Amino acid sequence: MINAKDRADMKDLTPSDAKFFKPKEKDNSGKERDSKICKTIEESIKKSGLKDGMTISFHHAFRGGDKVLNFVMDVIAKMGFRDLTLASSSLSSVHDPLIEHIKNGVVTQIYTSGLRSKLGEAISRGLMQKPVQIHSHGGRVHLIKSGELKIDVAFLGVPVIDRFGNATGYKGRSKCGSLGYAMSDARYAKYVIAVSESLEEYPSFPASINQDQVDSIVLVDEVGDPSQIGEGATRMTSNPKELLLARRAAKVIVNSGLFKNGYSLQTGTGGASLATTIFLSEKMEEENITASFGLGGITGTMVYMLKRGLIKTLLDVQSFDEFAAKSLGENQNHIEISANQYANPSSKGAAIKQLDVVVLSALEIDVDFNVNVLTGSKGILRGASGGHCDTAAEAKLSIIVAPLTRGRIPTILKRVNTIITPGNTVDVVVTDQGVAVNPKNIELKKRLKNAGITVIEIEELHKKAMRICGKPKPIKYSDKVVATIRYRDGSVLDVVKALA
Amino acid sequence: MNKIKKSAYAGTLESSDAFVQIEPIEEDEIRVELTSSVEEMYGDDIRELIKSVIKELSISYISVKVQDKGALDYVIKARLQAAILRANEDEKINWDKL
Repeated sequence: MINAKDRADMKDLTPSDAKFFKPKEKDNSGKERDSKICKTIEESIKKSGLKDGMTISFHHAFRGGDKVLNFVMDVIAKMGFRDLTLASSSLSSVHDPLIEHIKNGVVTQIYTSGLRSKLGEAISRGLMQKPVQIHSHGGRVHLIKSGELKIDVAFLGVPVIDRFGNATGYKGRSKCGSLGYAMSDARYAKYVIAVSESLEEYPSFPASINQDQVDSIVLVDEVGDPSQIGEGATRMTSNPKELLLARRAAKVIVNSGLFKNGYSLQTGTGGASLATTIFLSEKMEEENITASFGLGGITGTMVYMLKRGLIKTLLDVQSFDEFAAKSLGENQNHIEISANQYANPSSKGAAIKQLDVVVLSALEIDVDFNVNVLTGSKGILRGASGGHCDTAAEAKLSIIVAPLTRGRIPTILKRVNTIITPGNTVDVVVTDQGVAVNPKNIELKKRLKNAGITVIEIEELHKKAMRICGKPKPIKYSDKVVATIRYRDGSVLDVVKALA
Repeated sequence: MNKIKKSAYAGTLESSDAFVQIEPIEEDEIRVELTSSVEEMYGDDIRELIKSVIKELSISYISVKVQDKGALDYVIKARLQAAILRANEDEKINWDKL
């Protein structure tokens, strides 16, 4: 940066002697036009200057169909790197091979939104020395921007790219739709390696990741498994309990006072959440109500609402199924947004700050309305923080939908095992045995009661759950912390301890 | 009825059910073997329940194997009672006692 003093000094600058001024030799051959393309991952890693102890990042738009992370990690391990910090926006069950890289000291620290499967179980049993940092989707960008999470090299899998680095997610064989999480990494990482399977002619626009963000490009056979990318694809549930929950959640929204022309909505995946959108659609058509936008992870059901004119705009940070992924390229009002534009609390503009209603799920809810979406009934890491606490904190109405019990496992507890979303940001809990309203929402409680909804105190729900299941024996933990739960502003909200 | 007559079973391996197998044994012993999908949370409670059901039916020579798939208490109780009544080929069931 040039300050005033420097500028004054610039008066003394004299033009160099034209005879001695030599710019870089011009290359008319066009050879450099392909210079970003590396033949192998290894070559791109060498160019990146990756060293032991550095931080590498990945994104999770390919979900269960991701092939990039495992492939790159195998190369990194073979090249002999050690003590790396792995920052993936989330991790799925396909990432179990990371266990070996952790055992071998290649990866010694992890930042992620979620942990599942054998990896989650191994970490719950104390696999890592340093606790995993669990962040929300918005919180991750905050950690990057605040300087705690410095990404040295980002490996960003993209379905389609041109030779200069313009990449999109809604085309190609392994289309994943929105590259919202990759967009933030592309912007903040020191070195960006784009990994793709399909090369398009330059210039390939509009692009989600742009040419001025990409250092190297590597072409591989496959970045994803198309059959697994739309994991848990859109399907209407036939489970009567889920349908009951969905009908009830829709009724809560309709009678919340927010159900007006121009309202906005976010729902998650899962049977009850998808069904809520369907029931809500019916009511919107009936009453001639249009939503201004649908936000978040976008599903086929949301696309259906867009096509029917029930929602004007979709803001998509992650496309949950192939319908959503395709629509992103086809519908003008289906807009891709970055994680920073979606949920970062310190962003200049996170869309959640304009959101009216969010429908969320839960593994456990306690009598103080705290929610756990990370650890299962046995205390094992098997979920993800996601946008749960981000949206709950900012939406005008946050609704948690969950059955009172799952088999013999109670959902409503005295105290959740792990807090991901603090109770004071949760407005309503919808169960099959009644709807509990956070006591601070006096007005809302009245509205729902007047609408004939079974409103019940959360303590009553807890008692009902205990009567059915019995009081569960507390999980036995050791003193070792295996995961630290970071709230969206970076503060430590809770810790997960190793199983005893 | 102190002993049971023959081996018998009741229930299924479906989620939220339990599969109960019982065998006659010669020793004056109540032998309980439990595998449960909710062992950590409810294993001890379920073992207590099994013993109390057997006691209520005044049986003292029995081997019980329960494979529990997260069944609620009344399901486990009903399956266990059914298995024992089948094993004893009881014609006259004392419903009051159940």
